[in-house]
Amino acid sequence: MEHLMNPLDLSVEEMDKMFDLATDIEHNPEKYRHICDGKRIATCFYEPSTRTRLSFESAMLNLGGQVIGFPDGGVSSAAKGESVADTIRVVSCFADICAMRHPKEGAPYVAAEHSSIPVINAGDGGHQHPTQTLTDLLTIRSMQGRLDNFTIGVCGDLKFGRTTHSLVNALARYEGVKFIFISPPELRIPDYITEMLETKGIEFSEVIRLEDRISELDVLYMTRVQRERFFNEDDYVRLKDFYILTTEKLKSAKESMLILHPLPRVNEIAVDVDSDPRAAYFKQVQYGVYVRMALILTLLGLAPEV
Amino acid sequence: MLNVGKIEEGFVIDHIAAGKSMQIYDHLGLGKLDCSVAIIKNARSVKMGKKDIIKVECPIDTLNLDILPILDRNININVIKDGEIVEKRHLALPREIKNVLKCRNPRCISSIEQGLTHVFYLADEENEIYRCRYCEEKFSESD
Repeated sequence: MEHLMNPLDLSVEEMDKMFDLATDIEHNPEKYRHICDGKRIATCFYEPSTRTRLSFESAMLNLGGQVIGFPDGGVSSAAKGESVADTIRVVSCFADICAMRHPKEGAPYVAAEHSSIPVINAGDGGHQHPTQTLTDLLTIRSMQGRLDNFTIGVCGDLKFGRTTHSLVNALARYEGVKFIFISPPELRIPDYITEMLETKGIEFSEVIRLEDRISELDVLYMTRVQRERFFNEDDYVRLKDFYILTTEKLKSAKESMLILHPLPRVNEIAVDVDSDPRAAYFKQVQYGVYVRMALILTLLGLAPEV
Repeated sequence: MLNVGKIEEGFVIDHIAAGKSMQIYDHLGLGKLDCSVAIIKNARSVKMGKKDIIKVECPIDTLNLDILPILDRNININVIKDGEIVEKRHLALPREIKNVLKCRNPRCISSIEQGLTHVFYLADEENEIYRCRYCEEKFSESD
């Protein structure tokens, strides 16, 4: 693996290997403290994302490496009109690996085509967000003990929510995973995802109300209705409160159900849900650091056998 | 039947669905070529009832015809050299198409990146679906 653009760049075996490494990092952090001494990651973020950027930077610092980069396209040479291809050629001279977020879909793919260092897609518009997917899968695997034979409900903005697209693509490769998509009709999952599920003969359904199916779920994946994905403010205001998880709705859910969320949360999960033992979204952030550490090591060819 | 004279070198694009010839004219960029082009609309056809035909007189290495099967699977192409048909082509769907289609997704990097090769790949052969290499947006013929 040279770059990571899409969760499907990794085979199931490669993913499992990476999760084994992430789990070893979780349990033996000392072993990895200097493994990236002298290495640098460039975090090239053309749109702000505090959480993902800090997670990558924290991952590299935990490995003993260093961090350079920019947090926003407005402060980079992109603001002067530089192409992605030129930017990555320059960044390749400064760093050993690059994590790129860009508002335009496919931008990290263009970067990878022109790069001499590994490029990680850290989110490209409404398209893919593979490291969030790795985070989600590692969280489910670590907390549920398996990645097969369970039912996941994906709720909220499924049209523009790139995290959900990547997640569904990755989980579709495991045996016996059933999907329940819960969204308003305006924000339903794109056709290329449902076409893929139909082609593979994977069971899925689309519903409008969370309450109707919450009792069937082993994992509930909540997402934010993102303001920046709407062309029109009125549509955003009308839809943003459509799906809110409350302690009341949780009463009919399984005791073992995991509640995940890519964060940041606005109000789609009521604050009093945070104290419910099923709430796993802050642990998910910690798993995100472990899996990014594992990914950096793998792409740099520094991953030890575990 | 209307007759258009023979061409010495070029292509006869035949069995075009009636009414589609101008779309093909545009997609092939024939308006920009300095060569003779004849468009025959609604010609009588035993097989199709009505059909369109385009004749293009040009060196045979001038035109990239990759897009034709995407626009109309029934098209036949006769390649003409020295006034004779030297090849009959029934084009298969190409696995990849470069710099012929443009992605219409305003959120795609191909909408702003300079010098980028526009690439579409055949995602689903049975349903003839092409997707943008960068953003995976489906190509729609009406584009």
